Amino acid sequence: MTTIERSPETVEVATGGDRDDAIALEEVAGAFTSTDHKVTGRLYLAGGLLGLVSTVIVNVLIAVERLDGADTVLDVEVLPQLVDAQLVGLVFATLLPFSMAACVFAVPLQLGARSIAFPRLASTGFWMWFGGLVLITIALIGNGGTLGGDGDAVDLFIAALGLMAVGLTASAGAVATTIFTTRAPGMTMRRIPPFSWSALVFSLGLILVMPVLVGTLAYLFVDHRNSRTGFGGNEGIFVWAGWVVTQPVTFLFAIPAIGMLAELAPVVFGRRTPVRGALFGGLALIGVAALAGVTQQNIQNLPWAGSDLNVDDLETKVRDLVPFLLFNALPILGVLLVLAVVLQTARPGEGTRFRFAPAILFAFLGFGMILVGMLGNILHAADDLALQGTVFEEATLIYVVYGAALALMGAVLHWAPKLWGPTLDAGKVTPLALLGVTGTILAAFPMYIAGFLDQPGGVSYLDDDLVLWNIIALVGHVLMAFTVLGFVGLLLISRRSDDSVGDDPWDAQTIEWTTTSPAPRDNFVDVPVVHSAEPLLDIKTAATSNAASNDGSTA
Amino acid sequence: MHVLPAAPAPAPQRQMLVGVSLAVVAMVMLTGSMLAVWALQRREAIDTTGTWLPDGVTVPEVPTNVMLIAFIGICVFGQWAVWSAKRNDRPHAVLALGCTALVALLVINAQAFVYYRMGLGVADGTYAAMFYAATGMFVVLMIAGVVFTTVAAFRYIGGRSGDQEILVSHAIYWYAMSAIYAAIWFLVYVTK
Repeated sequence: MTTIERSPETVEVATGGDRDDAIALEEVAGAFTSTDHKVTGRLYLAGGLLGLVSTVIVNVLIAVERLDGADTVLDVEVLPQLVDAQLVGLVFATLLPFSMAACVFAVPLQLGARSIAFPRLASTGFWMWFGGLVLITIALIGNGGTLGGDGDAVDLFIAALGLMAVGLTASAGAVATTIFTTRAPGMTMRRIPPFSWSALVFSLGLILVMPVLVGTLAYLFVDHRNSRTGFGGNEGIFVWAGWVVTQPVTFLFAIPAIGMLAELAPVVFGRRTPVRGALFGGLALIGVAALAGVTQQNIQNLPWAGSDLNVDDLETKVRDLVPFLLFNALPILGVLLVLAVVLQTARPGEGTRFRFAPAILFAFLGFGMILVGMLGNILHAADDLALQGTVFEEATLIYVVYGAALALMGAVLHWAPKLWGPTLDAGKVTPLALLGVTGTILAAFPMYIAGFLDQPGGVSYLDDDLVLWNIIALVGHVLMAFTVLGFVGLLLISRRSDDSVGDDPWDAQTIEWTTTSPAPRDNFVDVPVVHSAEPLLDIKTAATSNAASNDGSTA
Repeated sequence: MHVLPAAPAPAPQRQMLVGVSLAVVAMVMLTGSMLAVWALQRREAIDTTGTWLPDGVTVPEVPTNVMLIAFIGICVFGQWAVWSAKRNDRPHAVLALGCTALVALLVINAQAFVYYRMGLGVADGTYAAMFYAATGMFVVLMIAGVVFTTVAAFRYIGGRSGDQEILVSHAIYWYAMSAIYAAIWFLVYVTK
């Protein structure tokens, strides 16, 4: 319940008639206190967009710094903090809040629930995450971070990271509980929409992974605060906790972005999702990345000593391959399964149509970028290629995070009518998808090449041949900055617009589109009863059939 | 707007139970990971220096064993509250919750006594830092459990006696805490 109820009379008296300002003030105050999942979701979205803008700017600064591999443009003292800001920003300030935003605002609507489970917990989770973000920024400014020189600021950095992890776990618990307990009548687990399933895998993954991080950070904090003997001091922070900002754990955080494509394909092509079991299995397979987080194995190397495959050494090679494939190939198998189901949905046939929506373009291109990042991670894990410690790893992360951000922008476009009524102008937002994917490719792919050319991680290098790739990467980050700023601008414009697009603007299939746009406080006036995985499509198909039979009988 | 047939809003199905179960999973992951790191560091210390427990430090076994036994009581009291609530026996349910909270507070007190008896400074090396981090996290979870018990008791006293789910969830929490302490007891206090 929103704790500050709207009372026009009171507002009129309190502000001397300046009602718009009072309502705006009331909305701001409501955002701080509301337990409405749509408000919490919007807060996560705002935080994620703020984090994305900040991180892209940090990436631009790092790319500028790399234009000349030998000399530094910025103060050399700030470079360690800049690198930390990049890693933490990409994962904790962008990928995680973006994914959580989509889950928190969309899942209860998709399930026909009037509220998220434990709404105060979900809201508290956001504020903990946001508090952690503020503190981590202060810590980095104050010479903290993994290589920081100020002990107190380093302690603050560790504590703030833990606070963010606890907050995200709290919100994940609320999302997972909602999916398990608060579904509309008739909505079995097999009938929940693909995005909600991906949200469940994501949430359960966070519940498994984040406590491991919190436990590790607790050790690091106490050790660093006191003796600095057991965990390697500052440098030990990344050794012990760095797995959470590297692959394959980030694949787990990107699952809602992958689920978004599976959610949108049936809407765009007007068909039911075929082989839902395979789709759900595919999304769950990506969750195997959680296992990597839990066991803190960020890399399962493939030594492959002596590339010649001889029979005598077969057992060793199989022993190498099994964990390698478990950690690296299974998530990709999951992504390919999702892609196969999407392609099957798009297969030309009776009843297939194509109704373009900008959201599918964002989701598809973002999905592709994530897949490229996953494929890159396989190469990164092969010792023979000597890519570890190079910028190749950073490029993989950028592919995954920028790709997920693009796909989740698609989620915002798709559900904007339910969140605030109007949606973004399709003509203006569509080019941003192309600009964003171009920026992602230019920002990351040259770093793949530079990785093969042995450019080390960090900001300095000696080989002049690498300058070209770093210039291209800078262009990519700048393009991504334009994309994000353009998207935020269009979002703000759309929120001020009075043009409603209707309750079901995409001719969709799931039950969130049966309620009004924007969705009311309790989501649904009447809780709908569900008889299939695509309840709205059932009604539309029945209506079409009735109309056809009526026409036939009239004739 | 397309209209689907409507139904009365269903009551959430065992929301508290599912939520607490997920919290328990998170707690097990948290403690499990901390103990795994403990075991790793212990092995490395023994491999390099031949010892893990600092010289002159003795783990007081009596209070740590009493804490383990106390958890049996906590589980019994937690289940007693569920048993009483199912029979609408409000006085006994409230008494059981009170006993649960009391014994949990005694466990926290015993942990403080362990700290006092060991006389270990938090800055006295790797063992000390890890010992206080691991057992400190356990104390935090104990305090959360006492708060949970208090909330459950107030809800019950406040007249929500039909809400037995919170008592079942409460019992599950303490079962999980018992398992967590058993693991800490074995690895930190027995294996040393």
